[in-house]
Amino acid sequence: MEILVCVRRVPDTSENEIQLNSAGNDIERDELVYSINEPDNYAVEEALQIVARVGGNVTVATVGSEDDEEVLRREMAMGANHGVMISDEAFSGSDGRGIATILKGFVEKGHYDLILTGVQAEDGGAQVGGMLAALLDYPFASLVNSIEVLDGGKLTISREIEGGNREMNEIDLPCVLSIQTGINEPRYVGMRGIRQVASIPIPTFGASALGLDPGTVGRVAVRVKRVDYFVAALGKGAEILHGSREENIDKVLELVAAKGGLK
Amino acid sequence: MARIFAYIVHKGGVVDDSAVELAAAARKIDAAASPTAILTGWGADLDAACNALSASYAEVWKLANEALAYPNAELVRKALVKVLPSGSIVLLPHQHFGMDLAPGLSIKMKSTFVSDVVDIAGVEGADLKVVRQEFGGQVSAHVRCDLSSGAVVTVRPGAFKSLEGAVVSGVGGVIDKSSDIGALTAGRRYLETVTAEAGDVDITRYNVLVSIGRGIQEKENVAIAQELADALGAAVSCSRPVVDAKWMEKSRQVGSSGKTVKPKVYLACGISGSFQHLAGIKGSPFLIAINKNPKAPIFQVADVGIVDDLLEFLPELSNRVREMRTVTAK
Ligand SMILES: Cc1cc2nc3c(=O)[nH]c(=O)nc-3n(C[C@H](O)[C@H](O)[C@H](O)COP(=O)(O)OP(=O)(O)OC[C@H]3O[C@@H](n4cnc5c(N)ncnc54)[C@H](O)[C@@H]3O)c2cc1C
Ligand SMILES: Nc1ncnc2c1ncn2[C@@H]1O[C@H](COP(=O)(O)O)[C@@H](O)[C@H]1O
Repeated sequence: MEILVCVRRVPDTSENEIQLNSAGNDIERDELVYSINEPDNYAVEEALQIVARVGGNVTVATVGSEDDEEVLRREMAMGANHGVMISDEAFSGSDGRGIATILKGFVEKGHYDLILTGVQAEDGGAQVGGMLAALLDYPFASLVNSIEVLDGGKLTISREIEGGNREMNEIDLPCVLSIQTGINEPRYVGMRGIRQVASIPIPTFGASALGLDPGTVGRVAVRVKRVDYFVAALGKGAEILHGSREENIDKVLELVAAKGGLK
Repeated sequence: MARIFAYIVHKGGVVDDSAVELAAAARKIDAAASPTAILTGWGADLDAACNALSASYAEVWKLANEALAYPNAELVRKALVKVLPSGSIVLLPHQHFGMDLAPGLSIKMKSTFVSDVVDIAGVEGADLKVVRQEFGGQVSAHVRCDLSSGAVVTVRPGAFKSLEGAVVSGVGGVIDKSSDIGALTAGRRYLETVTAEAGDVDITRYNVLVSIGRGIQEKENVAIAQELADALGAAVSCSRPVVDAKWMEKSRQVGSSGKTVKPKVYLACGISGSFQHLAGIKGSPFLIAINKNPKAPIFQVADVGIVDDLLEFLPELSNRVREMRTVTAK
């Protein structure tokens, strides 16, 4: 089975305190720690496990720039057979639809039985996978948390629905699936593994190689645009305890007891 | 102004809470709008759901087809594309079904897509200005969406809750559009729903939950929370990453894709406060948050917050509870 996994490099929210820049039109990006978008890593692991069972190849691709190459290398160190950089000045500033349009161009240059994306990117909208499928006219399923390959060009998949229940479906290949975290246990990648793939060439595809009309992607085609960032008050805000640790502990215990929690 | 439709999620004849929230969101897009509810399904369940909407929607479009008895997103999309006028604004809830349907629907409607909207700032010229949250809710952004060819908008569950209540008088009633759908086939077929396993501890039964998130950092540290829970007579629950990492069983997960809990006291330890997590906490428990990041969104919804390292705070708290217990026992 030929599997394409679409991956993205994103700021890691569990590692960063996100701050606004002084102009308020973006977040402060200088000191951000970046990593692979978490569900995308699960998607690559799932692809590797499928190929281990039924044979085939895993290709990881990203629409990005030079800086994003590190996530391709990381996933190649995990075991992906090929890495592909999809990059062009004409692509910059694309919205979700633009990214999906670019990925469609890439998919049509090759032959893939199965395309995986993550459920959602850290600063994304859970949209690229579903849009890509609709553009390709492939079946789609979101929030996938198990995949079984059947004979005859089909899969049985489960989708995560409310309360941790699973919706079982049969789906025809080729198709696009968006992968939910927790579907597997992604293997560990060490520095050594990354060094081993450091010299493998990563081909780059641009707009003309993909036969894309520059008017359909990038800034010129944007329909959804961020205007500014701000910090919103979501609720009334907690009373922050400013005492010493001992004082805070006493206060917490007092509150737990008062609310009927200590018996 | 484009015509606004709200896709109504329903099950067993009962309409989802999102129905009223979408009506509220529609009014925020256009105060004069009279949004149309659109429902797909089959049989008595569909009729019951349509009738239940007469208080919140003036007009209800019913799309009945046996193939739509279970809401398979691909089939629903094909049915909607047949009947929705081009240029429409279509609202859906941002949950497992909306996430499945909406992106592809926007492609087939040739319209703009924006997801997980938490507020509507208004319409400016040909643009709709909405509010989204990014980076785990640490910052918000105003986003402009081109409405010139219509839009598909998914709305965060609960975000428009406080705006409910405007009751409309049923004028249009239920309009049957079923004959416009035609035959439906899909490359994806629903088989069955498998319910979640029960697990060893029923976290829904406890008055106090010591809930841990990614901030617990490694599996070995779960014991720190368990010790506190034991001292308090509480149970340990958790956020999703703790389950994804296989540090705790799925049955301990609180949130939209986990359990719904209603404790008296909820101690959120190393949990950032995502909406999917908060969706599982009901009944307004007293919420105490312990987080080392003073900007963590959980502090905006908690009653009391402590900015500290939970790996140091929790063991000391456990010691103090045990000390107190010994004193009272004497
Ligand atoms: C469709 C869907 C369904 C989902 N369903 C659920 C669900 O049911 N339940 C759920 O929980 N999530 C769910 N999620 C995931 C959700 O979006 C968040 O990713 C998740 O809730 C984040 O968990 P967290 O707060 O533990 O981790 P993070 O967001 O990574 O936050 C960790 C926090 O710990 C703090 N921290 C780190 N170290 C320490 C320390 N030593 N001491 C104190 N604080 C520390 C950090 O400052 C940070 O705020 C779902 C997501 C999707 C897309
Ligand atoms: N620039 C990109 N390059 C490759 N894949 C992407 C890109 N952006 C998003 N994706 C894929 O689409 C998924 C959903 O992203 P989003 O729709 O932005 O939330 C991600 O998890 C990736 O798998």
